[in-house]
Amino acid sequence: MSVTADLSRPDHRHVVPGARRRAPGNRGGYRQRERIFQWLFLVPAVLYMALFFGYPVAKNIVMSFQDYTTATFFTGEAPWVGLQNYVSVLTSSLFSRSLVNTALFTIGSIAGQFVIGLALAVFFRRRFPLNGILRSLMLLPWLLPLIVSSAVWRWILDKDSGALNRFLGDLHLVSTGVPWLTSTSLALIAVVGVNIWIGIPFNLTILYGGLQEIPDELYEAGSLDGATHWKAFRHITWPMLRPVVNVVLVLGVVYTLKVLDIILGLTNGGPANATQTIATQSYSLSFHEFKFGEGAALGNVLVLISLVFAVFYLRASRRAVDE
Amino acid sequence: MKSALKSKKHQASALAVTALIGLPLVLTGCGGGSASSGGASDSVSSLSVLDYYNNQPDKTIIGDALNACAGKSGVTLQRETVPGASLIPKVLQQSSSKTLPDVLMLDNPDLQQIASSGALAPLTDFKIGTDGYAPGVLSAGTYKDKIYGLAPTVNTIALFYNKDLLASAGVTPPTTWEELKAAAGKLTSGGQYGLAFDANPTYEGTWQFLPFMWSNGGDEKNINSPQAAEALQLWTDLVKNGSVSSSALNWTQADVKDQFVAGKAAMMVNGPWQIPVLDKQAGLNYGVVKIPVKDASQTVVAPLGGEVWTVPQTGNKAKQAKAAEIVACMNSDENQLALAKARNTIPSKTTLAAQFATDNPKLATFTDLVKSARARTGELGQDWPAQATKIYTAIQSALTGQASPADALKQAQG
Repeated sequence: MSVTADLSRPDHRHVVPGARRRAPGNRGGYRQRERIFQWLFLVPAVLYMALFFGYPVAKNIVMSFQDYTTATFFTGEAPWVGLQNYVSVLTSSLFSRSLVNTALFTIGSIAGQFVIGLALAVFFRRRFPLNGILRSLMLLPWLLPLIVSSAVWRWILDKDSGALNRFLGDLHLVSTGVPWLTSTSLALIAVVGVNIWIGIPFNLTILYGGLQEIPDELYEAGSLDGATHWKAFRHITWPMLRPVVNVVLVLGVVYTLKVLDIILGLTNGGPANATQTIATQSYSLSFHEFKFGEGAALGNVLVLISLVFAVFYLRASRRAVDE
Repeated sequence: MKSALKSKKHQASALAVTALIGLPLVLTGCGGGSASSGGASDSVSSLSVLDYYNNQPDKTIIGDALNACAGKSGVTLQRETVPGASLIPKVLQQSSSKTLPDVLMLDNPDLQQIASSGALAPLTDFKIGTDGYAPGVLSAGTYKDKIYGLAPTVNTIALFYNKDLLASAGVTPPTTWEELKAAAGKLTSGGQYGLAFDANPTYEGTWQFLPFMWSNGGDEKNINSPQAAEALQLWTDLVKNGSVSSSALNWTQADVKDQFVAGKAAMMVNGPWQIPVLDKQAGLNYGVVKIPVKDASQTVVAPLGGEVWTVPQTGNKAKQAKAAEIVACMNSDENQLALAKARNTIPSKTTLAAQFATDNPKLATFTDLVKSARARTGELGQDWPAQATKIYTAIQSALTGQASPADALKQAQG
């Protein structure tokens, strides 16, 4: 900033031609030096990316083509097996199950989180007493460690003595305990429900931030033209919020695809693989069965799926900048 | 203005240089952290220890025993305790960075997995005696005919029953499957279930199922057998007729204990490590019997649990020799008896069993079971994890009614 201020001074003209006169042949060298400095500035970022993003990804890809076992850690030897890991993972009877579960889990979680998050964001846009306090309370699920939330939810959802079944029983809505986490048809729904609860604060915060950016004048002008309530939302809020919505949805999908701790804490992938996703299966292959090659292969499948959404994200955010 | 530009440029280059120098420094900083690569080979003054006894009272009991052993060997210990689930990832990471501890504790079914990687030294190299141990203990500690780990104390599972609830229902502790089904049925009413066990989709579920399968002649090598199917049919019947809550599909052994303590289950399958909690409950009168078998003619085969102590290949011979002294000391007769009493576990030497059972009548059933207990990795070694996964997969699909017990086992075996 100070440099620009200096340059605008009148005596600036005297200096630069002077510098040119003093070293006429040095102009190219100066440019070159400048370029070297530009690269030097990039080096830390590039190194960081290469070490903490490039290396793990490359290692994981290499690993997925190897017979990587516990012995590999000690000896460093891992024989190449070509596509065998991918073949055994993709042809396993569990893969289609996990893929469907992953899709249902992601779609269900995102739909719930987004709709509730958006509704709350619009609600909190209005000024009312305790608005700030309530809004901070909504962040609570985000602040709890996932292992704690899943342990508490596991207790709430217990069939025989869980709080939810007690509550439903007292309302005479159910007569016997609902096996939320131990029925193959309900477990995935229950897990999605818990994940929605965890994801609301993220959606609420980002969308609320997006709503703050919409100028009040638009609503004032709109109300003169008769656009209030639902119409105002449809014709002012929604179009103005679109770029933020794109980002929230794509980030949400990528975060949800890789959810692991909540599922492990609630059901361990059970009952009978009803909540097994690609992420939990990959974890179990690597760290319970010690088939690191197969675990890596499945992990790469998940990375590939995330990558598709990452492309959407990049396009969405570029469009947001253009707009 | 000139000076301003110049100083900017200086700052820039200084920044770039600091970044270049600083980054590798940060990176090398991640590498260290273990003292296993000590230089002096003749005088060993300290050893590193890694185990997963990170909860009280075990943490202190084991720590005191380790320190007493270290004192005898004239070394000090740097002990690290990690949560159970992080132990194997930590060991794998240490074995690839060559920073394994001098003394390492492993859960017995993991021993062969780690030994097969070459990270452990055979205990016979250090002339550690292996006489008098229960056969299951040695089979768990053996990889390719060499013993790599020894457990001072071991455990297994049995049937706990609530004396008061059984008495008021006029039921005697069951010894056969028929009696178990009848007793569990009679003891189920209202909010109370007859029996609780752990059928969750982890190795814990597999572990609880093993005594039923093994006692009936089933074998882990091929679970697609009528013997295994009969055992799984028993579990399925118990859940289907409501004697066991279907929550068992998601219970841990700690949850099972909670159900029993709360009086919501009249009987449970569990291990002796729960005894301290059970004893603290004022109104709880409990007894322990062996897990029922199908016919009275069968003998129960219980699974062997417990942790073994090993000497990793750190490359430092002098330290390894000292570490072996610690492992031998932890497994001495006095330590076996003291640790077993303090931790409610069973000495792994059968020669100590008779004495121990008379001194600790509460543990008598478990002491009897350990003599013939079977190691999970005894037959399959490093292939056990894959098969254990198949077993709990079959349990889950049978108990949820996705397949009949026989079909579930057949599908899982593949």
